Amino acid sequence: MVKLIEGIPVMRPYVDLDNQGYWDAIKNHKLVLQHCNNCNKFIHPPRPMCPGCRSQDTLEWKESSGRGIIYSFIMFTSPKMAYPAYELPYAVVLVEMEEGSRICANTHEIEPDEIYIGMPVEVMFEDLPDGQSVFRFKKREA
Amino acid sequence: MTVKYNADKRIPHPAKWAVLYRSSTPFWDGVKEKKLMLQRCKQCGTWLNPPRPMCPKCHSTESEWVASSGKGKIYSWVTYNEAPDPAFKTPYAVVLIELEEGPRLVSNLADITPEDIRIGMPVEVTFEDVAEDLTLPKFKKAG
Amino acid sequence: MLQEYVDRKYRRDNKPPVEANLIKNRTAIVGIGQTSYTKNSGRDELDLACEAIRNAVDDAGLKISDIDGFDTFILDRLALPMLVNALGIPDVAFSGEVSGGGGAGCAVAMHAAAAVVTGQANYVCVYRSLNEASGHRYGRGDDFIEYMPVALTPNYAYTWPLGFVTPLGWAGVWGKRWMYEFGITREQIGWWPVVLREYAQNNPDAMFYGRPMTHQDYMESPMIVDPLKLHDCCVNTDGAAAYIVTTVERARDLRQKPAIILAASQSCPIEQEIQTVYQRPIISGLVETWYVGQELYRVGECGPDDIDVAQLYDPYSIGGIIQLEELGFCERGEGGKFIEGGDNIRIDGKIPCNTAGGLLSEAYLHGYNLVIEGVRQIRGTSYNQVKDVELSLVTAGPGVQSSGIILRG
Repeated sequence: MVKLIEGIPVMRPYVDLDNQGYWDAIKNHKLVLQHCNNCNKFIHPPRPMCPGCRSQDTLEWKESSGRGIIYSFIMFTSPKMAYPAYELPYAVVLVEMEEGSRICANTHEIEPDEIYIGMPVEVMFEDLPDGQSVFRFKKREA
Repeated sequence: MTVKYNADKRIPHPAKWAVLYRSSTPFWDGVKEKKLMLQRCKQCGTWLNPPRPMCPKCHSTESEWVASSGKGKIYSWVTYNEAPDPAFKTPYAVVLIELEEGPRLVSNLADITPEDIRIGMPVEVTFEDVAEDLTLPKFKKAG
Repeated sequence: MLQEYVDRKYRRDNKPPVEANLIKNRTAIVGIGQTSYTKNSGRDELDLACEAIRNAVDDAGLKISDIDGFDTFILDRLALPMLVNALGIPDVAFSGEVSGGGGAGCAVAMHAAAAVVTGQANYVCVYRSLNEASGHRYGRGDDFIEYMPVALTPNYAYTWPLGFVTPLGWAGVWGKRWMYEFGITREQIGWWPVVLREYAQNNPDAMFYGRPMTHQDYMESPMIVDPLKLHDCCVNTDGAAAYIVTTVERARDLRQKPAIILAASQSCPIEQEIQTVYQRPIISGLVETWYVGQELYRVGECGPDDIDVAQLYDPYSIGGIIQLEELGFCERGEGGKFIEGGDNIRIDGKIPCNTAGGLLSEAYLHGYNLVIEGVRQIRGTSYNQVKDVELSLVTAGPGVQSSGIILRG
């Protein structure tokens, strides 16, 4: 349900060596999460060192199942406090993935009044007119 | 040694900073009218340069703006052979002028070649419209 | 990680001994100053800062040239040299800029106190000057366009391109979760802004002086970012505020009753994002504020029951109410009930809060006005003076690396 307004740029991510794998995967329509093989835990957002075991060489990218549930969300309803590239209202959801990490995203084909905490969702990808790819969450059967 | 600009690049515009420090607005307003304006404390006469809201000597916030004679001397200078900003063509000089009234001002030169620049050289102000929305005070040989 | 927060058991064995804390009882805020708070100052921030600093210096009974140190926090657009040039100070021996934005609202006092008690400077001036109403507005979405089209730091990239901008939005996510987990209602939340507006009616300096608001007005106000309404949001302000920190020894020779710093603390717990805390086991609370409070009580050797009046940094209502929980004025999840009807935070309530009107109704001066009101409560000069104040608590921005101080007479 995010509708772009023409002429206003959608911000592109700041890519560095620590998060490049994450953003590259999104370009290929895959959602990956950083995983520490030593602790067997997922870490998000990506970083150069595992906060659990302080290892810097046991981190790798693992593809996420793409499934999760909405943990919290907000609805941007006023132009005063929103990013002007999108038509109002638009939602931002915080999704708790099956892997345990929580990820922020916009929604796809979910009406504002449908969203609730606990709603099962799954990832989908979209290519924007400016050439960048983004991921969003859509409804799924529980 | 007039600064030459690359026409397709934007010259850094003082408005960007003038919004932040409104004390300098009368200076830029003066430049638009081809006047070199200086700020002076109304209470004790101290020059406030660069412009500021409070006199550092007597802490008065009352100030006045007076037109400078525009005459001064080259106090120091530097020549750029590599441009730090794409708007400027190299080489060009940036000079520090000591005005008759006392305050020192950073500026460019209008008609002086690098070989001619000397510390102590008498100069006077001239104004150049460098862009549609921007006039800059520059200095040329006096007399 | 953060298990101590989940269990509400603060570790003390890895903290410095209280006797080693040199700030405690040895430093004080001795001068306060501000400009008028307006929607359009028509002046620049340097100009406003000069006025506030001069007022603070006058209030203390000092001269501007006595100031030999400065402290502020990031997101300030004043360059220190320009301030020094205008004020005419020959040399500044100590200067600092604390990270954390509004979360450093009290940390600046702590750093200034550390400077004076260790002999780095005699009188440190802590200042803030903003044209947030008429000029640049930190909390607005369209200002971010200036920084477009690439997110400022790698971690913003996970949020900003989603239109997940503005502190209000970031706070809404944990606010929504807090409402969901504890059944907090909008009616309950509304009492925070309503009581603050009542305080502002006695404070002629407040931006909402002369503009009362009923609970019904609140309920009828528009939604800005669901779950936050217009009157849940702080009031954008043009203005400046400053205060002077020195040692208790020097304070004895000055004009005002010193507001002695009993304790000061900062906190930056793990998994801190900019007001977005998605990875923590609990996001329906304000971890930083809990840590700040625990450390304040440890160093101050006191507890929530000893605090007589509190100024809680409330850029949005929920930020103020959840702090009541995290600081122990009520149980976790009880903030909604505690605030109902507003009596608990009124002047003769359990814990009078934001007695000058706070960030919602006095001014949003990034919390400096809260510190100043905290000092007034110690001096006995508040427009809404609480009786017999011994301990006055002030906190800083929630949801970011935060800070707090306890002042005493």
